[in-house]
Amino acid sequence: MTEFEPVIIGLTCNWCAYAGADLAGTSKIQYPPNIRIIRVMCTGRIEPEFIFDAFRMGADGVLIGGCHLGDCHYQEGNYKTALRVSITREVLKSLGIEPERVRLEWISASEGKKFSETVKSFIEEIRRLGPNPLKGAPEA
Amino acid sequence: MNKLKFAFYWGASCGGCEIAVLDINEKILEVITLADIVFWPVAMDVKYKEVEAMADNSIDVCFFNGAVRTDEQEHMAKLLRKKAKTLVAFGSCACDGCVIGLGNLWDKETIFERAYIETPSTKNPNAVYPKTSITTKEGKLTLPRFYDTVKTLGQTVDVDYFLSGCPPPVPLILQAVEAISKNELPPKGSILMPSKSVCDECPREKKDKKLDKLKRIYELQDDQESCFWDQGVICMGPATRAGCEAQCPKVNMPCTGCDGPSPGVVDQGAAIISALASIATNDEVINQAVDPIGTFYKYSLANSILRRRVIKK
Repeated sequence: MTEFEPVIIGLTCNWCAYAGADLAGTSKIQYPPNIRIIRVMCTGRIEPEFIFDAFRMGADGVLIGGCHLGDCHYQEGNYKTALRVSITREVLKSLGIEPERVRLEWISASEGKKFSETVKSFIEEIRRLGPNPLKGAPEA
Repeated sequence: MNKLKFAFYWGASCGGCEIAVLDINEKILEVITLADIVFWPVAMDVKYKEVEAMADNSIDVCFFNGAVRTDEQEHMAKLLRKKAKTLVAFGSCACDGCVIGLGNLWDKETIFERAYIETPSTKNPNAVYPKTSITTKEGKLTLPRFYDTVKTLGQTVDVDYFLSGCPPPVPLILQAVEAISKNELPPKGSILMPSKSVCDECPREKKDKKLDKLKRIYELQDDQESCFWDQGVICMGPATRAGCEAQCPKVNMPCTGCDGPSPGVVDQGAAIISALASIATNDEVINQAVDPIGTFYKYSLANSILRRRVIKK
């Protein structure tokens, strides 16, 4: 049996976490290729629907990266995200999906190292949790 | 002009949609002038085999209410799809799963355990569960098979039109019948309801206040004028399609979301939690939301993105 390789969807904001990921790349800081990064203009753009969709489509974890609180390019997008993520986790828990599969981290454009560390530790956490419970769950 | 042929069927439902058909009152006489009702289990004795014997596409419009939770309902959904030229998902159960869809928080095993063993009014020492068939000396008796997951009509067969609501609002039923009689139905797949949200029809005044505390209805001294959200009470209006003329908020009850997701929204619950998080001032507010699934997905769990709870065995 091959080892479980988690599929992580990364939703990162244009101004901070995405730039942080970029910095990790240009600085040649390595992290495993399990993450698929999708850039959004602001984490405030991330609707709970996106997270549910990611799990429905087979993602094992969703990592959301935004600006540090107070640093949002649009002033309060990340505050809204913080609350949105916490309530989305509640709903996921009620639907039998471990809330730890959604992680929210504040990563600035200068924190390439933090981006890579976050991805690594999140992948390890998802490895511990195992595959997305929706996989192989009976439809009817 | 030849009379049209209508059929009505109920899947997993409470029967309220059937009452809604009768709630059109004397207009039912116009419906009868317009169409012959060829199948309507709640009101007429027509057997399934008589429906099976009908030619394909011989029914003009079938109004199907109720969700699909047993193999009998699935069979009838597929059969009526074949026999009817136009299939209308009628009511919240057929469109979004409705309260029946909250059964998706459990599965067959846990539901049977609760219904046939645990309920205080049940005495079942030998733990007898319903079987799909049993042979007695009189012959073989059968019951439909109960599924783990409630499905909507649209998840089971191809549906032409959707008319949600618990039950569908009478004016919209009349509008739909009129459109059918004049052959003026919108393109296939349309929702026969207004393209706006309940808030558009609600007379209460919205001031866009931030929320620092959630209240439950019993804690509310309603001023009968301002938006429920401004008063700290969860109202599904913003995430719910219009058509009911905001009849609940007008009588001082917040909307619970029976008309299904508002236009452009796929997941009604996701839309409202997104809205709640946008106006909440802190995490505490969110923790005050009691029963998140029962509140945000009361009518739409079966038609939401995740559809059900994952039950690990």
